[in-house]
Amino acid sequence: MTADGGPELVQLLTPEGERVHHPEYDIDITPEELRALYRDLVLVRRVDLEATALQRQGELGLWAPLLGQEAAQIGSGRALRPGDYAFPTYREHGVAWTRGVAPLTLLGLFRGVTNGGWDPHDHNFALYTIVIGDQTLHAVGYAMGIQRDGTEDAVICYFGDGASSQGDVNESFVFASVFNAPVVFFCQNNQWAISAPLERQTQIPLYRRAAGFGFPGVRVDGNDVLAVLAVTRAALQRARDGAGPTLVEAFTYRMGAHTTSDDPTRYRVAAELEAWKLKDPIERVRVHLARGGLADHDFFDAVEAEAEQLAVELRAGCRKLESRGIDTIFEHVYAEPHPLVAKERAEAAAYHASFQSGATVGGGH
Amino acid sequence: MVVMTMAKALNAGLRRAMETDPAVLLIGEDIGKLGGVFRVTDGLQKDFGEARVVDAPLAESGIVGTAVGLAMRGYRPVVEIQFDGFVFPAFDQIVTQVAKFNARSEGRTPMPITIRIPYGGGIGAVEHHSESPEAYFAHTAGLRVISPSNAADAYLMVQQAIASADPVVFFEPKRRYWEKADVDVDADLADAPSPYRARVVRPGQHVTLACYGPMVRTCLEAATAAEHDGHDLEVIDLRSMSPLDVDTVAESVRRTGRLVVVHEAPVFLGMGAELAARITEACFYSLQAPVLRVGGYHSPYPPSKVEEDYLPDLDRVLDGVDRALAW
Ligand SMILES: Cc1ncc(C[n+]2csc(CCOP(=O)(O)OP(=O)(O)O)c2C)c(N)n1
Ligand SMILES: [Mg+2]
Repeated sequence: MTADGGPELVQLLTPEGERVHHPEYDIDITPEELRALYRDLVLVRRVDLEATALQRQGELGLWAPLLGQEAAQIGSGRALRPGDYAFPTYREHGVAWTRGVAPLTLLGLFRGVTNGGWDPHDHNFALYTIVIGDQTLHAVGYAMGIQRDGTEDAVICYFGDGASSQGDVNESFVFASVFNAPVVFFCQNNQWAISAPLERQTQIPLYRRAAGFGFPGVRVDGNDVLAVLAVTRAALQRARDGAGPTLVEAFTYRMGAHTTSDDPTRYRVAAELEAWKLKDPIERVRVHLARGGLADHDFFDAVEAEAEQLAVELRAGCRKLESRGIDTIFEHVYAEPHPLVAKERAEAAAYHASFQSGATVGGGH
Repeated sequence: MVVMTMAKALNAGLRRAMETDPAVLLIGEDIGKLGGVFRVTDGLQKDFGEARVVDAPLAESGIVGTAVGLAMRGYRPVVEIQFDGFVFPAFDQIVTQVAKFNARSEGRTPMPITIRIPYGGGIGAVEHHSESPEAYFAHTAGLRVISPSNAADAYLMVQQAIASADPVVFFEPKRRYWEKADVDVDADLADAPSPYRARVVRPGQHVTLACYGPMVRTCLEAATAAEHDGHDLEVIDLRSMSPLDVDTVAESVRRTGRLVVVHEAPVFLGMGAELAARITEACFYSLQAPVLRVGGYHSPYPPSKVEEDYLPDLDRVLDGVDRALAW
């Protein structure tokens, strides 16, 4: 498999910032829209770097950086309409941004104050899913619901190259295919599943797997926000038109560690990262804007300043994120009252109160 | 004797098993170059090659399912599941296939598979990385379920699991991976105590604490703390959940008259429930209090900021002891 994505790679903006054309996919985009995409990219990268720093400072237990995958996430996220629904993994901080989930809200899970953090229906953005691949079936089920309701909405489902090996993911392809579900499978192929290289998951380009399941697949330059936007829009439109699922393989690179617990020097060479840095998803947009005279210094400075401000707010907000104490354990275990949970909750409360009042514990039954 | 961490002891045990038996092979996610996320398999792929230390595609059902075929072909697969919460994609293979092959084939295709699972909480992890699902497996006939509590046991028990003709689900208390102990690396497996026998790790007279894996150290600390109150606690490391060594516990309870079972897993239908029922049956007239349980709640494992309120700690163990004594 070619490291550059091969000739099938859909690209509209080269790493050098040059607009190129593709026979099948194109995009009409105003300078203002381009600047908005650039702003998105810069802000989510800044949020991500800040979260990594917060983990280093002990404020978060863990962080899964999106570094390098900004274009794949912003491009696909901005292709969505308000009524569409997205199902993320645990790394979709950029998609969350496009769905209006405040960056601080994302930190709750990683700080250990919640196992969720937001109302999925407020944002049409499901909760993060850590168990690899599980959410792909949920996405298809949601799409089957849309089908029954007869609305024009579509679903996008995120997963990784590693996840493509899971049974659930392959089952989701089958369900989507045979039920012609309005879903876009968006695979961010960042070349690695922790230490496992792409070759450990597949012998053919991932997008080609779709053919075997009976729907189209396309490989897009995942570091090209314009191409991702165009390809995802087309795939979503196909879904809305009742033509069924599409597999989009966004060819990208995990520029950081798998998570803040990971040490990638143990399994990959530095030269690989250096090569991908030349294909940075943000730099090419910046060059394109600057060279084309589509944005001036003031614009770039203003975005920088906004990013800094966002980081400052994130830092301050993170330190104030508190858990709701032992209630977190017992609230919402069930939707309806459950006597065992109620009993244990009362026992735990009494036990805790015994420390506060200084009374001796034990002795009762 | 060599002082080493439990992670290193497991590594040494795996290495020795691979040296002893060429049929032993390891399969799991990230176990090769990375050496596993906890480095338990560190260096093994370098020394034994990629055919014997297999970095699997990301698919737990695939890992366990192919281990079944490898076992049929005469290999002794040692499977690594990356974290407790990620064993469930393989649950079908483990419960419907691995556990039943020997019975269905009337002994013709035994399943000498070891399934290693780091388990338990207390490490500040995100969800699915801190669970204690041992009861699901102990509930399934055909599986043996064991868990070492210290490096010395880990070294021998992992080898015993691999040598077993039965499938063994081997639970590793991940928060104890970095705790050190003296390990007899030359010990002969033939002389090692059975992994299915419980061990009295601290003799005492007033209350018996039965525990396993990560809770053994917690219970030992509780026993030390209880000395100040004049309470002399006996601590039993169960070591095995299936089979469950009821005799060793019963012998103890006949002397102390009181039993508190401690585990991280939810108490509802947990190992403590089984032990309580069996001890009640075995030594009803010796009991001076009902068997009590200290463990996790009937709730999902909580976010890490509140895990200290979920996990049994020294105070909660002593609270259980006080309740047993006050009965
Ligand atoms: C069922 C399951 N098995 C193992 C893991 C541990 N794990 C977390 S992320 C990961 C690699 C995922 O790789 P990929 O799907 O490519 O996504 P990426 O992390 O690269 O975004 C693994 C093995 C898990 N979360 N769930
Ligand atoms: Mg990946």
